Amino acid sequence: MTKKYISWYLPAILKGMWMTLKKMFIRRFTLRYPEERHVPRKGYRGEHRLKKDEQGRMKCVACFMCQTACPAECISITAGPSPWPDRDKIPVTFDLDLLKCIYCGMCEEACPCDAIELTPTYNIIATSRQEKVYDINKLLSR
Amino acid sequence: MTLTLIDLLKIGFVLMLPLQTVPVLVWMERKLSAFIQCRVGPERAAIFGFRAFGLFHPLADAIKLLFKEDLMPARAEKFVYTLAPLLVLVPPMLGMAVLPFANQYGDTPMVAARLPIGILWLMSVLSIGVYGLAFGGWASTNKYALLGGLRSSAQMISYELCLGLTLIALIMMSGTIDPVDIVRGQAERGWNVFGGGHWYFLPSGIVALFLLYTAGLAENNRLPFDLPECESELVAGYHTEYSSMKFSMFFMGEYVAMITMSSLITTMLLGGWHFPWITDPAATSFVGGVLIPFTVFFTKVMIILTISMWVRWTLPRFKYNQLMNLGWKVLVPIALVNLAVIGVLGVVFKG
Repeated sequence: MTKKYISWYLPAILKGMWMTLKKMFIRRFTLRYPEERHVPRKGYRGEHRLKKDEQGRMKCVACFMCQTACPAECISITAGPSPWPDRDKIPVTFDLDLLKCIYCGMCEEACPCDAIELTPTYNIIATSRQEKVYDINKLLSR
Repeated sequence: MTLTLIDLLKIGFVLMLPLQTVPVLVWMERKLSAFIQCRVGPERAAIFGFRAFGLFHPLADAIKLLFKEDLMPARAEKFVYTLAPLLVLVPPMLGMAVLPFANQYGDTPMVAARLPIGILWLMSVLSIGVYGLAFGGWASTNKYALLGGLRSSAQMISYELCLGLTLIALIMMSGTIDPVDIVRGQAERGWNVFGGGHWYFLPSGIVALFLLYTAGLAENNRLPFDLPECESELVAGYHTEYSSMKFSMFFMGEYVAMITMSSLITTMLLGGWHFPWITDPAATSFVGGVLIPFTVFFTKVMIILTISMWVRWTLPRFKYNQLMNLGWKVLVPIALVNLAVIGVLGVVFKG
């Protein structure tokens, strides 16, 4: 019983102290944030945006695929008639609640027109809840 | 009796040095922990854009703590609750008073209070510290604080035994109980850690260093013995309910106790202000008798403190049964054997 607890601590302590001594002189991992920025890897899922085609029109055709695929139900679309002949509908409103969003990227995968995309922007700042709900103009302007 | 500049210097040593070293120690601890964990540590606080490697962080902390709201639990024992931080902060500073921080100026030894029973005084005031923690834990009317206070009293009493036995062994080695004479003896014969000039005491001196250092860490509730305030089990232990300057006093008291314990180890074992070829025990001038010895003493204390911090950020916390087993079944027997060996060898060789 007692023998289990009484052990000779010193070699292990010295080994540990040698290890921490070595750690003192290796590279620091800290990024000094405002001056140094983290560069996200390729395919990082951050803030959303809606893409435009070569003629400057929005690519979205209001098919509701992203809204259906979204597990967090953060996308709500209202469709309207399209002014262009090559598609039937365009979204009149496209609200995306970033507070509900879990950044899973399912909308991007579901989109048949490659219209919605998650950008590598990770520092999304807002001072109110309303600012975190992106409407169609904000999504298109990204 | 007139108050001379030298008296003021002594008072300054006891009052100002521990308190003014605390912020530097806090900064050192944060930086060292950062380096061990591959971080950069505090470096942002700046005055006029001048950062000074984060040296202003303790200043910012002090200002923050001063202006925080001083909360007190509604059902706390008000007198005891207020007394507890004082009992933690003041005794270690009283202990500093009997330790010689430099050699001499003229024929005045550089010690704030020259007591012939200095080491006894130091032991007695250091054991008052345990009341501070126990009172703080009890008066908070918080079960975690109470548990922390109980743990601290059990731990400090257990390790005080080992500390006392080791100190008795060292007093036997030195043949005196006056800290000034102990350091002078070491300056004449050789440091106590190397047997105080007698080859047959050499193993005992090194064992005593380990015992005193370990018991000192446990006395100061430092990691790996910081069970009274282990945050994973007890929120923050005895100072859970304290805020503002009262918390700050607990915090400073811990560091001042560290400084006192390191000074005690330096005085008892590592030759105090003495270092061969640097200090001259016969010097009586201000530079040779005060300034250089003080620098040597302070350097030794800082080295011991740095090693304590290094140990803290290396080792995990002991379990409570491991702590008690280490104290009672390992350290106390070793201290007793050490005491007996010094006694026997002293009789055999010195006669």
